[in-house]
Amino acid sequence: MKMRYLEITVGVFMAAGLVALFFLAMQVSNLASVSGEEGYQVTARFDNIGGLKVRSPVSMAGVRIGRVTGISYDQSSYEAVVTLSIEPQYNQIPDDSIAKIYTSGLLGEQYIGLDPGGSLENLKQGSEVTMTQSALVLEEIIGQFLFSKAEDNAISSDP
Amino acid sequence: MLDSLARFGRLGLSAMERLGRGHLLLLQILLGIGSLLRRLGLLVSQIHSIGVRTTTIIIVSGLFVGMVLGLQGYYVLSQFGAEESLGVMVAASLVRELGPVVTALLFAGRAGSALTAEIGLMKATEQLSGLEMMAVDPVQRILTPRFYAGFLSMPLLAAMFSAVGVIGGYFVSVGLLGVDDGAFWSQMQSKIDWGEDVINGVIKSFVFGFVCAWIALFQGYDAVPTSSGVSEATTRTVVHSSLAVLVLDFVLTALMFGE
Repeated sequence: MKMRYLEITVGVFMAAGLVALFFLAMQVSNLASVSGEEGYQVTARFDNIGGLKVRSPVSMAGVRIGRVTGISYDQSSYEAVVTLSIEPQYNQIPDDSIAKIYTSGLLGEQYIGLDPGGSLENLKQGSEVTMTQSALVLEEIIGQFLFSKAEDNAISSDP
Repeated sequence: MLDSLARFGRLGLSAMERLGRGHLLLLQILLGIGSLLRRLGLLVSQIHSIGVRTTTIIIVSGLFVGMVLGLQGYYVLSQFGAEESLGVMVAASLVRELGPVVTALLFAGRAGSALTAEIGLMKATEQLSGLEMMAVDPVQRILTPRFYAGFLSMPLLAAMFSAVGVIGGYFVSVGLLGVDDGAFWSQMQSKIDWGEDVINGVIKSFVFGFVCAWIALFQGYDAVPTSSGVSEATTRTVVHSSLAVLVLDFVLTALMFGE
């Protein structure tokens, strides 16, 4: 009888531990949404990727359709080559779509947004997004702003 | 001068000797798994006394740690208007660090000290030599089941701690502080990675379970067989386990999460 009681409590204990682990897997972490991660890969070249990282989201119209799975640097063209993994159910993306690097919020992380083009051909495994727009680097924008401001001042004070 | 040098040398030698004895004992314990598999009843009763009876303290402290994390995190995050990230903060700190580490510290205090005292008293009252007299290997019969019970219980306890902590954090942030329910979970799910965060936390707790059980059993088995010797050994178990857990946690964190 004693042994049976022990076995039951140990069984409850182990079940509770496994339930906790299951909770961490399904409710806390992204295991539930990882399942369809095996998608097709396309590449895109950017002059500057800013703060983009591996695992950053790829979205279209604000909906996450994939992830960045690889970032490398091409020494011959001085460009960053970003590999995007897009989930297989999103297979109707025109191959002249434009890939832009956006920032979510003012201080948020950076992600890739795809704007659909008009081509009848769709992106497929191994194809390349040719039209891209680099990340906005804040220093460059401020620099351009100050430069144009100075130019304006020079013109208005000229006569 | 030479005397103090000799004392220093003796200290080093005895430390090395203890280390060697500890590893030999560990080897013996690990090799005992064959006979343990034939007597799983021993393992079950040890999981009961080591794991099941530690559950209460783990669940209660997990709940409160999670709630405190919610309150403190809210204080910092609300200054940046990022209250929605509270779920991420609570879950990441629990799953990666606090779950395994606090569980191991509580485990060392609750179960490790009990193990040491038990084994040390068995030695002091010559029960271990009695077993040997009857041609029963005390390491295989007494230590091995306790070691594997500790090793297996720790990850389960740590998982419970993290899960309950997340729920505690949820109660405080959504119920008390008014963070949005959906944002709490969705931000958490998008930022916490199963392999990177959860599995690494589980690996950590396996390592801590191994180390805590080993230290507790060795200190008990190696205790001076007197009442003061057993009490000293119990103290050493708690101190050494806590230090080992904290140092190992740094090493593991640097290996797993350092880029």
